[in-house]
Amino acid sequence: MAFVNLKKKEVQAKIVYYGPGRGGKTTNLEYIYNKFRSRIKTEMVTIKTHGDRTLFFDFLPFNVGKIREYDVKIQLYTVPGQVKYDATRRLVLRGVDGIVFVADSMAVRREKNILSLRNLQKNLATFRKSIFKIPIVLQYNKKDLEEQGIPLLPLQTLEKDLNSQLKAPSFEASALTGMNVVPTMKKIISMTMASLLMELK
Amino acid sequence: MTYMLGQEQLDAIEQVLLEDLFDVGVNCIFLIDMAGNVIANLDNGEIKHDIYSLAALAAGNFAAVSTMAKIVGEDEFSLLFHKGEKESIHFSKVLTDFLLITIFGKGISLGFLRLKVAEATEKIKKILEPPCAP
Ligand SMILES: Nc1nc2c(ncn2[C@@H]2O[C@H](COP(=O)(O)OP(=O)(O)OP(=O)(O)O)[C@@H](O)[C@H]2O)c(=O)[nH]1
Ligand SMILES: [Mg+2]
Repeated sequence: MAFVNLKKKEVQAKIVYYGPGRGGKTTNLEYIYNKFRSRIKTEMVTIKTHGDRTLFFDFLPFNVGKIREYDVKIQLYTVPGQVKYDATRRLVLRGVDGIVFVADSMAVRREKNILSLRNLQKNLATFRKSIFKIPIVLQYNKKDLEEQGIPLLPLQTLEKDLNSQLKAPSFEASALTGMNVVPTMKKIISMTMASLLMELK
Repeated sequence: MTYMLGQEQLDAIEQVLLEDLFDVGVNCIFLIDMAGNVIANLDNGEIKHDIYSLAALAAGNFAAVSTMAKIVGEDEFSLLFHKGEKESIHFSKVLTDFLLITIFGKGISLGFLRLKVAEATEKIKKILEPPCAP
């Protein structure tokens, strides 16, 4: 539910990082926070358990700057990925304008990725939103683990499992090293803004 | 889903916040939507709260409490309020998609604040009512 403030010439939109537990959603936001610290004037908000797992959400406001005279403020959120937190996960989706689906490239996480994407589709449907219509970008995270000899899912498998119907833009990434973290974010912001402009026409 | 509010509506909302709440001594007031966007805010300049974080947390908190209400068979809990040593915070739902949040000190009683918030909420409802509400 993006909000356009015609008085302040400001747009606020909500982007949610979704995906299986331990996939790297929080790490994406942490990387962005550290990288753009000079531009983000507030602390990153996290509601997490003692074990550093997201309990409710992480929140990071990100000022994109001006797009066509409008000051664009993007609110970045992550959901808790663990299966048992479905009720809170759904709450974070309220009013979402764009989604980054962070998949875990590790071979052992194949099933978890598929289940999480299905869960996203189901939870969006409770807000009468379609996964095929909302702006969405896929991120295949933890690519860096390849170097350590950890078995990863080949790109074709990830694409076939998660993107054969969606046909969304996708990035191989490493939230830990920062590889493709910013391009993922830029892509979802530009898609979200494009869809917002379409709606306002 | 995207919605817009124009200068006139936003001015009218700020006017209500100013006259009905700020002038009676509330420290900080903000109107947000349930996605956590900040629609309007006023503060006394002394305390600079991080309103975007507060908005995100308030929207999440409100949603969590509403869900708890449903689980125990209530439509909604009528009083949403957290009391602190110096500052207290009060939440009031406006239509289905908005939340009015007030932060106030010891100088104001909860009863009086609720009365004022109820009045302001009614006025804001009229300003926001469809077709402009999301
Ligand atoms: N090697 C490697 N580890 C990563 C990467 N991204 C995240 N991790 C690690 O994976 C673990 C989980 O990362 P988080 O970012 O907390 O995962 P999450 O998706 O937020 O998990 P939940 O909050 O439970 O949903 C942490 O130990 C991270 O350091 C990556 O790209 N490469
Ligand atoms: Mg997390």
